[in-house]
Amino acid sequence: MTDFDIIIIGAGPAGMSAALTAANGGLDVLLLDEQPHAGGQIYRNVKQNHSKQSWFGKSYSSGINLVDALNHIKITKCFGATVWRVEANKRVLWSQNGESKVSTAVHIVLANGAQERPFPFPGWTLPGVMTIGSAQILMKSSGIFPKDSVLVGSGPLLYLVATQMIEANCPPKALLETQTLRMMINSLIHLPKALLNMKSLIMGFMFIYKIKSAGVPRYKSVSRLEAQSSGNGSIKFLFSHKGIRKSLTTKLLLIHQGVIPSTEISRSVGVDHSWNTSQLAFQPIIDKWGKTNIDGLYIAGDCGGINGSEAAVLYGKIVATKILYETGKINFNLYKKQSFSISFSLFFTNSIRLFLDTLFAVPQETLSPSDETIVCRCEEKTVGEIKLGLNEGITGVRQLKTSIRSGMGQCQGRMCDAIVRGIMLNNISQNDINILAPKARSPIKPITLGELSKMKLD
Amino acid sequence: MLNNQSEIAIIGGGVVGLSVAIGLLQSGHKVIVCDGEDSDARASFGNFGLVWGQGKGWNFAPYAKLTVDAIAAWEDFSKNLNDLSGLDVSLDQNGGFEFFTDPDKLNNFISMLEIQKGHAGNRFNYEALSGDELRNQIPGIGSKVVGATFSQLDGHINPLRFLRALRRAVKVLGGQIKSNASVKKITSNKDGGFSLILANGSVTSSEKVILCAGLGAIKLADQLAFKTNIRPERGELLITEKLGDQLPFISSTIRQVDEGGIQIGGTHADVGMDDNETLDIMVDLARHAVEIYPALSNVRVLRAWGALRVMSPDGYPVYAQSEEYPGAYLITCHSGVTLASLHASILSDWIENNVRAPNLEAFNENRF
Amino acid sequence: MKTDSRFKTLIKSTNDVNFTLFGEIVTVPKGTTLAAAILSNFGEASRITETGALRTAFCMMGVCFDCLVEVDGNPNIQSCMVLVHDQMVVKRQIGLRSIGISKDD
Repeated sequence: MTDFDIIIIGAGPAGMSAALTAANGGLDVLLLDEQPHAGGQIYRNVKQNHSKQSWFGKSYSSGINLVDALNHIKITKCFGATVWRVEANKRVLWSQNGESKVSTAVHIVLANGAQERPFPFPGWTLPGVMTIGSAQILMKSSGIFPKDSVLVGSGPLLYLVATQMIEANCPPKALLETQTLRMMINSLIHLPKALLNMKSLIMGFMFIYKIKSAGVPRYKSVSRLEAQSSGNGSIKFLFSHKGIRKSLTTKLLLIHQGVIPSTEISRSVGVDHSWNTSQLAFQPIIDKWGKTNIDGLYIAGDCGGINGSEAAVLYGKIVATKILYETGKINFNLYKKQSFSISFSLFFTNSIRLFLDTLFAVPQETLSPSDETIVCRCEEKTVGEIKLGLNEGITGVRQLKTSIRSGMGQCQGRMCDAIVRGIMLNNISQNDINILAPKARSPIKPITLGELSKMKLD
Repeated sequence: MLNNQSEIAIIGGGVVGLSVAIGLLQSGHKVIVCDGEDSDARASFGNFGLVWGQGKGWNFAPYAKLTVDAIAAWEDFSKNLNDLSGLDVSLDQNGGFEFFTDPDKLNNFISMLEIQKGHAGNRFNYEALSGDELRNQIPGIGSKVVGATFSQLDGHINPLRFLRALRRAVKVLGGQIKSNASVKKITSNKDGGFSLILANGSVTSSEKVILCAGLGAIKLADQLAFKTNIRPERGELLITEKLGDQLPFISSTIRQVDEGGIQIGGTHADVGMDDNETLDIMVDLARHAVEIYPALSNVRVLRAWGALRVMSPDGYPVYAQSEEYPGAYLITCHSGVTLASLHASILSDWIENNVRAPNLEAFNENRF
Repeated sequence: MKTDSRFKTLIKSTNDVNFTLFGEIVTVPKGTTLAAAILSNFGEASRITETGALRTAFCMMGVCFDCLVEVDGNPNIQSCMVLVHDQMVVKRQIGLRSIGISKDD
């Protein structure tokens, strides 16, 4: 006997919708999330912000319906619950308030979302440099807003957060975009298909319109980024724009270069991964039902490949629908009907993806930054040190990690793996490179020896 | 098709292969090291970095002697390696403990060390300490520890920096290290020498070939008519966050790397090539660490992992020359770090079979 | 030298928590993450790495481990992952953590 029918890891859009679909179909669900509230990063604190100003827009407010619906008799919710190990036999180890627990289920759904792509340049580790996503989390969860910030990078989140900041009367001093004319031209071929998701396109244009109306200066095709500490905690941000070296001084430099799937859980449990050549990130290999190579282990939402929150809700539904069918809770006809309707919606939602991936492509200098740039924030290793290792004949990520120690610190490579891979791709001949997803090991998040030693196992 | 002529080809770019390469290069040989894929078993990535004597060869006298020779040679070896590579492997030979929470196991181990001492003569020594003596000496040792043995000879290095230092040293000495060079087939040429056919189809030729491929040798040994059955044995480890303070001891199961992290390990499992970490063992290792030194209780584990030891049938090293294919050698052991000081020195004499050649008859594979 | 916060607080609360942050008594709304409390009160580093580099919270979602601080004597706590509580005592994480009694900053 297992403790639950399904354990869902992550209470963001995918996890919440999977939990609701499964619970409504009669399955017992355990929903685990590391944060104190449901919502994930996208709907973070949506419930707590309900009565407050609507700086964050309608799309954000809509998340409250999912959060409210989680009060369901078939859903056991645990927040502040850090999953530190998932086993192929469907055993999940998680820690809450310093105590570890074991839960078992017939099915596991990983819905642990995405993280921002590390965006390295000299000075990106200085106090006063944070990610745009982190600023949005602070806005949503604590009601604190950036003062006179400069936003730099690329991707839809850049415009969304700038708009939210303008709405809250804390407009950014400037918007610096790494997107180039070449990227825009390359994306045009995907525009016709993207028109099928007109809603998102219009929303994007609305953001840009608001940014323009607010008079926020925009610098496009910026490159050769560098942040310097300039006394009194300010950041002097240098960049090249139209062939001229320029600088802006700001208290807060907010950076963003898209998001990548969080794969440490899927990699640690033994799911096969592949390299997504348009998103330049590893993602688990799943079928259209979110099924992995491990029996009973499913993946939903952005941790399975970046498609955004709207798609994540649909992926959560489709995974749960599949599980409901496989456990005999719904019949074949209902399963077919529901999954067809979800797939239909997904087709329209995802039609914009290639356009976005190409339009907001990762710039070369982010993939392979200058030598003095710190790659591994934990172990403080630079690009130059990585290249030195490569010059010693290293051709694989494991060899590099063990030799240089990049990825061996507290974050266990979450922040440097994507950068290291970019550097390798740029510095090793294609014949020699063998891109494999690095093996992740438990504990997925650190736990103390004391906590581990006190675990009671059957 | 590439064709590289080299005097000696070493199959295996781990600690053993690279150490042997250094010795041969320093004796003036032309050496090529064929290193396999990034995803290979690579025991050298998982090792504990011990330069250790206690318990080694208690029931096999030649190994007890070899180990004390190796330990004694480490200081010079590490200096040599530092000169060649520019890397300090942080050799610390200030003595190490074996802790016990079971009095029977302690007594049993003491009798083993007595025998070991008999084999190695006055070159190996140890002390036995009661739990209270130990706690007096090292405040903070847990109350469940009933005693320990201590050997002044034992010590450790930084194992990953060591591997990097070996690679650098081989290059500095003019050796060639071929990456992604998995050897699929070895053939002996009619006019002498060997051809190594790599996974990518290229061929490397050499007069002599030394098989140091760890578990990779399982597939290649019989091609050179070696009969040693090599098997994997999984050991699991925990690594903690770095500490600013220095742990007041090293033991064969708990040690602090010079960067600050603590490695906890020493488990044995016969599970084939499965190198996954397991929950039961992670919990056991954590209990062990907290029992031995309770202050570790609030130290976080960053990572657990399994790594595969390279074991011969009796667990002792094999130094063998192929009878059927002269010029082909098999070198395999699971104490590649401790023995590296010898692998990088006297093994070149053994391969040259010169007047200084050590007598390694006892390690031949005839014993199986 | 004290650096002012890089953020301004737009949402006021009536339900506050008081605790000691880097030697000062601060007041923040209940339910605030410790990292947010730090950022809304201080602009300077909350952590100094083993090589002496200055760091603050970077990702705010538990990924980067740059927001480590010492909470009630426990070192290396991800401040973005814990909520503030009354009487909490928070110190900067200076260099590597130690085992034993923490040093004063």
